[in-house]
Amino acid sequence: MSADLAFAPAPRDPARSFQDMILTLHDFWSAQGCVILQPYDMRMGAGTFHTATTLRALGPEPWNAAFVQPCRRPTDGRYGENPNRLQHYYQYQVILKPSPPDIQALYLKSLAAIGIDPLAHDIRFVEDDWESPTLGAWGLGWEVWCDGMEVTQFTYFQQMGGFDCKPVAGELTYGLERLAMYIQGVDNVYDLAFNTAGVSYGDVFLENERQMSKWNFEVAETGALFDLFAKAEAECRNALSAGVPIAAYEQAVEASHVFNLLQARGVISVQERTSYMGRVRDLARSSCEAYAEKMAPEWQAKYPGWSLV
Amino acid sequence: MADFLLELLCEEIPARMQAGARAELEKLFRRELDAAGVGPGELTIWSTPRRLALIARDLPLATEAVSEEAKGPPEGAPDAAIDGFCRKNGVTREQLTLRDVKGRMTWFAVIDQPGRAMADVLAAAIPAIIRDFSWPKSMRWGAASIATESSRWVRPLSGIVALLDGEVVPCEVDGISSGRETFGHRFHSSGAISIASADDYAASLRAAHVIVDHEERAALIREGAARAAADAGLTLVADEGLVVENAGLTEWPVPLLGRFDEAFLDVPPEVIQLTARVNQKYFVCEGADGKLANAFVCTANIAPRDPAVVVDGNRKVLAARLSDARFFWEQDQKTPLAVHAEKLARITFHEKLGTVADKVERVAKLARWLVESDIVTPAKAGVSGGDALSSEMPASAGMTKGVLADMAEQAARLCKADLVTEMVGEFPELQGLMGGYYAAKEGLPQEVSDAIRDHYKPVGQGDEVPTAPVTVAVSLADKLDTLAGFFLIDEKPTGSKDPFALRRAGIAIISLVIRNSLNMSMAATLMKASFGVLDYIYYREHDQKLSTIKDVFPLLSGPEGAISLLKAAFPKRDVVADPTAPPKVIQRDRENAARLQEMVIFLFDRLKVQQREAGVRHDLIDAVFALGGEDDLVRLLARVHALQAFVTTEDGTNLLAGYKRAANILKKEGWSAAEATRIPVTGEEDPLAQVDDPGMADIVAEQAALRASAVPPLSYTPEAAEKALIDALAVAAPRAAEAVEAERFADAMAALATLRAPIDRFFEEVTVNAQEADKRTSRLALLAAFRDAVHRVADFSRIEG
Repeated sequence: MSADLAFAPAPRDPARSFQDMILTLHDFWSAQGCVILQPYDMRMGAGTFHTATTLRALGPEPWNAAFVQPCRRPTDGRYGENPNRLQHYYQYQVILKPSPPDIQALYLKSLAAIGIDPLAHDIRFVEDDWESPTLGAWGLGWEVWCDGMEVTQFTYFQQMGGFDCKPVAGELTYGLERLAMYIQGVDNVYDLAFNTAGVSYGDVFLENERQMSKWNFEVAETGALFDLFAKAEAECRNALSAGVPIAAYEQAVEASHVFNLLQARGVISVQERTSYMGRVRDLARSSCEAYAEKMAPEWQAKYPGWSLV
Repeated sequence: MADFLLELLCEEIPARMQAGARAELEKLFRRELDAAGVGPGELTIWSTPRRLALIARDLPLATEAVSEEAKGPPEGAPDAAIDGFCRKNGVTREQLTLRDVKGRMTWFAVIDQPGRAMADVLAAAIPAIIRDFSWPKSMRWGAASIATESSRWVRPLSGIVALLDGEVVPCEVDGISSGRETFGHRFHSSGAISIASADDYAASLRAAHVIVDHEERAALIREGAARAAADAGLTLVADEGLVVENAGLTEWPVPLLGRFDEAFLDVPPEVIQLTARVNQKYFVCEGADGKLANAFVCTANIAPRDPAVVVDGNRKVLAARLSDARFFWEQDQKTPLAVHAEKLARITFHEKLGTVADKVERVAKLARWLVESDIVTPAKAGVSGGDALSSEMPASAGMTKGVLADMAEQAARLCKADLVTEMVGEFPELQGLMGGYYAAKEGLPQEVSDAIRDHYKPVGQGDEVPTAPVTVAVSLADKLDTLAGFFLIDEKPTGSKDPFALRRAGIAIISLVIRNSLNMSMAATLMKASFGVLDYIYYREHDQKLSTIKDVFPLLSGPEGAISLLKAAFPKRDVVADPTAPPKVIQRDRENAARLQEMVIFLFDRLKVQQREAGVRHDLIDAVFALGGEDDLVRLLARVHALQAFVTTEDGTNLLAGYKRAANILKKEGWSAAEATRIPVTGEEDPLAQVDDPGMADIVAEQAALRASAVPPLSYTPEAAEKALIDALAVAAPRAAEAVEAERFADAMAALATLRAPIDRFFEEVTVNAQEADKRTSRLALLAAFRDAVHRVADFSRIEG
């Protein structure tokens, strides 16, 4: 090969670059046998909504994956004026099924890989159980503290879509901006170094936060949003009746996000809120159930003796 | 004798569950040893976030051999019966022996249980303990969880150390084999460590940076945090709950003091303390002036290379939390409480009782009514409060009734407004307190802001009871509305279920009334509160307001009605509505009146519970309450106190004995003359069944009392002792009745005391069951008169002893 074409990647510098921190996590979890996925191409409130987490937590087959998922929380928008709060941010998700016996050790090793020395920083596992009525899911675990700051949510999924997880999957959700702020010693998220070439997080996202906060809170046409919600709901039902639960699930995710936008626009009353949440829950759970039931015969064939319930 | 060590290693156990887990481990271990017939000696149980440990000293090396006998069928019983008996006891037919049982030859099985080695007992006990262990929440994990029945633990279980006199007790639970290896501190120790024996356990772990004794860790935190504060010239705000929680989060606790930006001290100290405590588990400190200082103490789980790094990280987190809190504090103040209160219309209080705004409306009216009806008066609340407290509220001293009523209504209208503020949204435990702060910042009168702050009080027994009149009115109205509301929609507490904390509300009502000596008819007051609720319900259901309380309780409105209700509360009977009212209204009235009765009885039951703590006997409360007609708690308690003082004296004890003797004789003799005229307050039968108008009951009762105290003229010359009792009664009965009327209860007791000697003498010297019918009748009538005179003061039949 010609010398012109030879490429030697620069060493990662997770302590001074947001993207290097992410790439280091990719390197680490890739080395543990995880598939490194790309973000799900839909708007969602948490990495847990990614089908690689929800749907793959169901069934007996082993599954190990890691990915970055952009998360949208319209009501958390602060027009770029708050140093910690964003309406769009990143989560790093790792899902390991079945949960390996050394999962805590692996996690701590991953922190060390991005530059957190556990004898210099106080790392703690503090009880924090997780529940998502929307997904019919719950699990036990901790929030992991680093010098008092929550940097990761660590959960052993016990149920998903109303079904027992057999086997149980371990889920790690790193708050990437928080971790990076910590590692880089920065007090304002917009001051984070995105890379080592002088691009900051603010260069990338500040204007986006300003405009999207305004749109979320003030501009979005609520009639159209109500319409979108109804359409997503109808399409979810359509997909369910056609026996394509993954497509149905996508519509449930869509409805969930549109509901969050309606909330940010302040057009859903307290009474209506409960009813809308119930509708979203119904869509998500029905989709998960339909997926599990559709796949169950295949799973049972591969794992004799295994049963869905 | 041998020492046993068990350690169960797992991933981090929630701090709040560790105390319970220690108790559970002890319970199950004792259960297992009991089953083996071994009494454990001294047990030590320790916990850290990652392990539960148990050390049992002086266990025998083997259990005792036991021989048990089982009695079987008699000789000659069918084969099937004998075979069945053999199977049950695990013996063959040849092993049975015959013995004579009361002349009948019977088969016996003698089962010899040889002694078992202690190691075997323990090897079987450990899996059983793990299997049966009960956690508040438990989980499955790992590859084994592909099966539904895989074992459960609070977090994944990873190791078992089981050593009896230094030897491994071999056992296996779901692929985890017991051994002598465990792990030390997550970061200060690497690789497995080997434990030699129970005696070495704590020291081996200490060498690996784990302090296994939770008490020792708690002491390190308690003292270390106090020292860190003292070194900075501050005083730690002690918080034992935090000490225990931090001891449950660390294996090697290191308290560290940090500072936060002084500018945050603008935020109320309670908010700072709560933020630090709840979110971060930090202690806070006070300066020499007793005010909150800009310092916190966190507890690290490592001896950090550079403590400043850890402290700085924690400081940043706290700063972010505090800037959120300050943002809420400033944001909330931009809107007046009255405007916040408008949003309460969007919060449901209870589906059937409307929104919080609806409740506030009712509470505001009721609070005003409490003042306008002279139940809460400027002078009364706080007057009994002792000097320390009453001196704290000089503002009420010169207040007029009108001003007090206005303030009570104003405070009630604003008291729930903080529920929709950002701060209370974030920290629900600050409800009331924040409203008080915001009201003060708005410049509302101090009486109003104090009432907003304190109107939830008292929360449970032992909490401070408000005495400032405005606060008393709002607090009382709030709780009366809650109690009446939930009873009227049939949501009263049952058994252990009390989802709306009505028992607590009941205790709070009682405490407020007693602490402030509020004279009021409980039934009439609850009726007023019920009217507010029913008015709301009917309005919602029929779009029509109830114009007066009479619409709801046609015959019960007014104080006489309330008394009748109270009397009626005891026999199980309906309160009869206005016969001219439409049947639907009568039906509704009956239902509502029945619920009102339930409320009154419920409150008196609470009173008994509440007074037990104060050393007041519940039977004495019953004895006074059972008379009926008395539902003024203050007066009732004064009477109970006098009664309690009396029945514990020699006179009281003897009079009670005399009373019981008289009552027994009357009962035995089937004496009914007085019985028919007295209105009993309990019993299956309903003597008032014919008296449709409850107002009649009073008349009947009055006549009965008159007749009872008037002993019919005698047709013979009474014996000296008989005469003495008649004379004593003639003086004592009206004196006692008068004293009760005038609320001089000690005097009433003193009047009863004069009957003690005559009644004792009467029983000693006079034969009640005389041959002559007229003597017998007269003497029974005399005893009845005596009994009824005593009864005017209290129902002595309910007094125990």
